[in-house]
Amino acid sequence: MNKELKRVSIVIALMFLSLFVSTTIIQGVSADALSADQRNTRTVYDSYKVQRGDILVGGQPIAQSIKSDDLFAYKRKYTGAQYAAITGFFSLFNGQTGLESASNDYLTGKNSSQFFERINALFSGNSVIGGSVELTIDPRIQKVAWDALGKLKGAVVAIDPSTGNIIAMVSKPGFDANLLSVHSSAQASANYKKLLGDAGNPLINRAITGDLYAPGSVFKLVVSSAALESGLFTPESKINNPLKFKLPGTTTYVQNSGEGRCGGRSTVSLADALRFSCNVPFAQVGIQLGQDRIAQQASLFGFGKNLRVPLYVTPSTYPAGMDDAQTGLSAFGQFDVRVTPLQIAMVSAAIANHGTLMKPNLISNVLSSNLASLYQPQPTEFSKPISKSTADLLTKMMVGAVSSGVSNNGQIKGVSVAGKTGTAQNAVGAPYTLWFTGFAPSNNPKVAIAVVVEDGGGMGQNGRGNTLAAPIARKVMQAVLHK
Amino acid sequence: MSAVNNQVSAMTSPRIRRVVPRSRNIEGALLLFVAGINAFELAQIQLSAIQILRSDFWLYWLPLAFASLVVHMILRRKASEADSLLLPIGVFLNGLGIAEIYRLDLAKQAAQATDLFAVKQVIWTIVALAAAAAVIWFVKSHLALRRYVFIAMVVGVVLLISPMLPVIGRNINGAQLWIGIGPLTFQPGELAKIALVVFFAGYLVSRSDSLAVVGRKVFGVHIPRARELGPILGIWLLSLLVLVLQRDLGTSLLYFGLFLVMIYVATGRAVYVVTGLSMFIAGALVAGRFMSYVAGRFDAWLNPFDQARYDAVGGSYQLVQGIFGLGHGGIFGTGLGGGLPQLVPLAESDFIITSLGEELGMVGLFAVLICYVLLISRGMRISFTHQDDFSKLLAVGFSFVIALQCFIVIGGVTRVVPLTGLTTPLLAAGGSSLLANWIIIGLLLRISDSGNKRGEA
Repeated sequence: MNKELKRVSIVIALMFLSLFVSTTIIQGVSADALSADQRNTRTVYDSYKVQRGDILVGGQPIAQSIKSDDLFAYKRKYTGAQYAAITGFFSLFNGQTGLESASNDYLTGKNSSQFFERINALFSGNSVIGGSVELTIDPRIQKVAWDALGKLKGAVVAIDPSTGNIIAMVSKPGFDANLLSVHSSAQASANYKKLLGDAGNPLINRAITGDLYAPGSVFKLVVSSAALESGLFTPESKINNPLKFKLPGTTTYVQNSGEGRCGGRSTVSLADALRFSCNVPFAQVGIQLGQDRIAQQASLFGFGKNLRVPLYVTPSTYPAGMDDAQTGLSAFGQFDVRVTPLQIAMVSAAIANHGTLMKPNLISNVLSSNLASLYQPQPTEFSKPISKSTADLLTKMMVGAVSSGVSNNGQIKGVSVAGKTGTAQNAVGAPYTLWFTGFAPSNNPKVAIAVVVEDGGGMGQNGRGNTLAAPIARKVMQAVLHK
Repeated sequence: MSAVNNQVSAMTSPRIRRVVPRSRNIEGALLLFVAGINAFELAQIQLSAIQILRSDFWLYWLPLAFASLVVHMILRRKASEADSLLLPIGVFLNGLGIAEIYRLDLAKQAAQATDLFAVKQVIWTIVALAAAAAVIWFVKSHLALRRYVFIAMVVGVVLLISPMLPVIGRNINGAQLWIGIGPLTFQPGELAKIALVVFFAGYLVSRSDSLAVVGRKVFGVHIPRARELGPILGIWLLSLLVLVLQRDLGTSLLYFGLFLVMIYVATGRAVYVVTGLSMFIAGALVAGRFMSYVAGRFDAWLNPFDQARYDAVGGSYQLVQGIFGLGHGGIFGTGLGGGLPQLVPLAESDFIITSLGEELGMVGLFAVLICYVLLISRGMRISFTHQDDFSKLLAVGFSFVIALQCFIVIGGVTRVVPLTGLTTPLLAAGGSSLLANWIIIGLLLRISDSGNKRGEA
């Protein structure tokens, strides 16, 4: 009988061996794959166990984790709607957006630079505390920009042109991110659905993502850059100046805004064409330059490039494969040219910084939980889209547009402001998109700015960039310059 | 030191039995150690879940520690040569189970749920250890059980079919495994294990010669005579009855597997195992065709992550949640009180293994598995030490029934076999299971005592 007992013992050993193997496979081998399964809510709960770091502006938290006494250890708290476009939200079942997503590894302490902190936490038995992310945003400027935009839909981006640091980024309408960080999944979902269905699309950061805008006349800065860089034009170059210009191969005529003659003579200089923002001369300049030169210039400014600040920025587009008529339209920012406000601010910033474009950036410092600096981004060059001499010539032209041109609402008493307005047409009958971009002071720029106002600022096709967008930009620039 | 004492006492008065055998001192030391571990588990859980040590700590620790000490003292008097590992291992697993059940209670209380189990488990622990003590105290020799073989059969069958009876039968979570009187429910199938082991052992000992007799030889295989197949057919039918009427594949497999192993050990004829397994598989396959429950369990086993299976009522949701829990624990676990085992339905009973696996990790589950291996190997060792067939069969039956139950339930939650509703011996919440398993340990202790004494003689 002992022989049989031995065999039964072997069977028992095999049964347990299979249990050892199955546990090893589940817990040792496939643990990572299991935690990646969408249905595994533990992954979500886990993300709430870490005390996420703060997002700081001017030393004050605009997003922070506070203790919570439910299944989740912490709850995310946000201050005010004016930062929601930047912070995004950290929600239970609707994911995370904005910096909450883009800087997630720092905020949760999972970045490689936080390795020793994690080791320390492992041995001390304390839970990992995430790092804090300090922004380049100046809270005073942010508030001015937020207030200046008032009830209008649109965005403001202000950059320090010498460093690329973003000092204000506003998108309206905003939203209260606290509505999405609630721990009741039913409530969070209801709030999310409501915000998602809101006609004003508050969840979109208009400054860098969303449906891109037609730039209208602010794109003339890119065409002017290409014209001066090509060597074919100087600011004084004479351009034919008819009342109407028939687009080649079509029966369509281009007219200037206001349907008048630009400057009243039979020819007009490039500088005056920009000053008075005339479409007829720019259509001709565009066709003469050709779409390739314009496309290359646009690309140097950042069009079509992937950019993270570290928020993802939707690439702006300059179309390819156009005929001459379409090229002519594109030269004053119509046809299929589409931009983000940040892209337009980058064009101004490059001109302001003597032709060198600094990479836009939102983060000034990442601090560990014991306040040691983990990462301090240094200003880096993004590209050199134009020469210094071209930049200087363009600066003069833009100063002319503000001081004695159609962008005169950008004027600040005692400061030389360089600027350019835009009033972009959309679909037939649809309200215009209103723009202002520029920088100040022109001789030593401290701020480059882009302002966009959607839906004609509520004035349909009567809204103008100079009347609605320029005053907003002026207020923000004044705030930066303490004027 | 005790060894020296023993020698002295043995030399001076050779006819007096050793008063303090070494195995009892080892057992005592191990019990202290285990009580320490159990206290540590509970402390960690309270500190992790409520950040303080609360006075109700004693409620979950003291009864088991005290009851195990009582059993230890009884063993010293009544079965001084009994195996020294069985009791400490049983107490360790029982204590770990109470700790994890208490931990799940704390999570439920935080969520305002009221289906708490820890206090019940402590009460049942006292009852179960008292039953084990009674077995050791009153059963002078396990050989006396031979006189009750046919009573055991009747009791076993009645216990097995009692949940199917009207009025007292209860259906819980789709399985007809319980009997209930008022608010009290009991799973008689667990106690039936004991009765059936006694019955199988007695029956097989008396019939092993005729069962082993060579019948006709077909294709080189000895076929038992037709009349010897009668009892096998009877057990097979009973198992299928359990499967069909109680809707429980696990219990059915447990009894039938137990019977096959015991008949194999008794006769040494593998043909019984082959025939029996074929019959069981054929029966289960036929049942699977007509019972969506069995087919569903197989589907959920093979493709648990399939979304349709996952969403289906009675599908793989629970299994997958348990596997997520195990994966969440990883190699070292989240620490007791640090995981989220409460996300799995029935985390305190059928899925106690995934709860522990999440919080103690693979390393902790290995420790639990090794405890079972030790417990079962001690039982098998008892079987080897005895000379008479009845004792051998009893010991192997009790050991194997624990082993098979572990395999079915732990294999079920880790996808070795289809998931069925059995409890993890000694760990899981459930009074009937705790009572039955402690009685089994009591009987094994009793059998080992006589085996060890015989060995010395």
